[in-house]
Amino acid sequence: MTTAIQTAGLTRRIPGAISRTLIDSVDLKVEKGEFVAIIGPSGSGKSSLLYLLGLLDAPTEGEVSLFGQPTSGLTESEKAELRLKAIGFVFQFHYLLPEFTALNNVLMPMKTLGHLSAQEMRERGIALLTSLGLATEIDKRPFQLSGGQCQRVAIARALANDPEIVMGDEPTGNLDSVSTEQVFGILRDLAKKGRTVCIVTHDLGLAARADRQIRLVDGKIDKITSQREKAVALEGEAAGKS
Amino acid sequence: MHLLMEIAWTHVSTRIRQTIVASLGVAAGIAITIMMASLMTGDQEDFVRTLVDSIPHVTVSAERRAVRRQPAEQVYAAAQATSTIAAKKLTEIKNPKDIMASLRSWLPGAVAPSVKTTVILHSGQKSAGVTLIGIDPRFERDVSKLASQMQAGHIADLYKGTNALIVGQALAKKIGLRIGSSVNISTGEGLVVAGSIVGIYSTGQTELDEAQVFGLLRTAQVLAGQPGVINELRIRLRDAREAPEIAKRVEALTGYRAMSWQEANADLMSAFVIRDIIMIVIMSAMMFASTLGIYSIISTITQEKRRDIAIMKSFGMKAGLVLSIFLVESAIMGAIGVVVGWVLGYLLCIAMSQITVANPITGAAVPLPLAFVPLHYMVVAMIALTACFAAAYFPSQKASRLLPVDIIRGGAA
Repeated sequence: MTTAIQTAGLTRRIPGAISRTLIDSVDLKVEKGEFVAIIGPSGSGKSSLLYLLGLLDAPTEGEVSLFGQPTSGLTESEKAELRLKAIGFVFQFHYLLPEFTALNNVLMPMKTLGHLSAQEMRERGIALLTSLGLATEIDKRPFQLSGGQCQRVAIARALANDPEIVMGDEPTGNLDSVSTEQVFGILRDLAKKGRTVCIVTHDLGLAARADRQIRLVDGKIDKITSQREKAVALEGEAAGKS
Repeated sequence: MHLLMEIAWTHVSTRIRQTIVASLGVAAGIAITIMMASLMTGDQEDFVRTLVDSIPHVTVSAERRAVRRQPAEQVYAAAQATSTIAAKKLTEIKNPKDIMASLRSWLPGAVAPSVKTTVILHSGQKSAGVTLIGIDPRFERDVSKLASQMQAGHIADLYKGTNALIVGQALAKKIGLRIGSSVNISTGEGLVVAGSIVGIYSTGQTELDEAQVFGLLRTAQVLAGQPGVINELRIRLRDAREAPEIAKRVEALTGYRAMSWQEANADLMSAFVIRDIIMIVIMSAMMFASTLGIYSIISTITQEKRRDIAIMKSFGMKAGLVLSIFLVESAIMGAIGVVVGWVLGYLLCIAMSQITVANPITGAAVPLPLAFVPLHYMVVAMIALTACFAAAYFPSQKASRLLPVDIIRGGAA
């Protein structure tokens, strides 16, 4: 298995008279195709960790490596390039650009990258929105869509450039249970297709369905629970009993 | 580039109300500044015009700047000429026709010959010492505003009688003259001739109107006792402000003293300088106030877009591109504002020029003077666009340099 994300001594402090440590020496490894859930109490640094992994924030100390490549030496512009190509980010709030239609929001990262022709972009954008059940909403602007629909448009935008890594900061945090199930299913499928998915959530039921749960407390890794290990352990137990 | 324009245009055209408000803010600043500038420049020009219209821009007189040294003085240092024979005659400009011909070849304006002599007018019991200016009616139109200052009669009426004169309104009132009145004209030499009044003019300057009387060249020459003499060339320029340079050139070419109107009114020139300073101060203050208005509108709009800046950066848009988007947007709003402001400013000027004020002495209705100066439009537009640029640049540059998370973490909505 290839390692998608690796951190070493990752630390983030907020400077100031009373300096606060958000993330404290986190060593973490996420394999390609893995679905990881970051959990923990409020203020434990879940989101901060995700922002660091997604290169939206810069660590005070330590290193984030993506696919074996250290990122601390990259310029802001190179990081932007990497975010554009390799990382799709979904926030708790959809953060769609309010002046643009659903389709144009999805097309924005593609146009920024500029690898496809206008026609190809459009087709891909429509295909993405259709696969997320938004075929009839492509020309609507965010204020004309429901919260769940907006969040799905945001996911489509995160997937626009077919990134290797998809990150979600409470992606279902503002959604009803039906939409939550829908969004979670989409992320689950992405992992199955070999994309690496990291989400922050306080929904322990959802987290339990991830491959691995990483529990943070006070910016440190408190506990890592692997679903596979659990499964293997259960299987072993069963085998032992029989 | 294509994406940049697309985003900028979508922002501007979708948030149409905001765009209109911002553009109107720019337009209002521009229009008001243009109107004020036009009014102040117009007033300045009007002031100069009133002063300058009544006198020649450059007067070439039959004098030298400095007394010429006598031949003996030039040869012997000790010699001193104390009693050369004083000519009773007017000093004349030699070869006036040649001089005028050569001046006309390059002068940005017109030149006319005249004879200036002093006479006394007698009308009944009253008399007044005046300066008689002998003119050529054919050229007078080009060098003075006399034609438009005529209250009664025409310049050409000078041909209609022997020793015909045009007098100022103030003088006419003072010694009781009207069109057709007969006067006696006497000179210092003791010559007395009969004359008649064929016209009355008014420059608006009482002093001048009392002192200047116009007649034909011939009349003045006869009264001076020197047929054919010309002792003054009067020059009118297309641009009165060029007078000092032109006067210098004329003086160098002819050797005769050429006096610009500025030199003749040296005491007034400091008043002009002060007016200029006042105008610049007021204009700057106006522009500063409207620039602040423009800055606050555009920077507020840009500030509101901080979150969008973070979002665009989060999915990988580069800081430079994000910054350019907001600069282009403010340029679009600024450009709309400039065009609307120009039109509004122009219309305001036209509206203002319809207003008339009554002269407190004469009661005559005078329209507000407004000047159309293209330079104002350009300068005001440049300043407004610079304000737009700065107002968009600083907030968006600051936002685009931040890490996206700093803005996203700062506020959820």
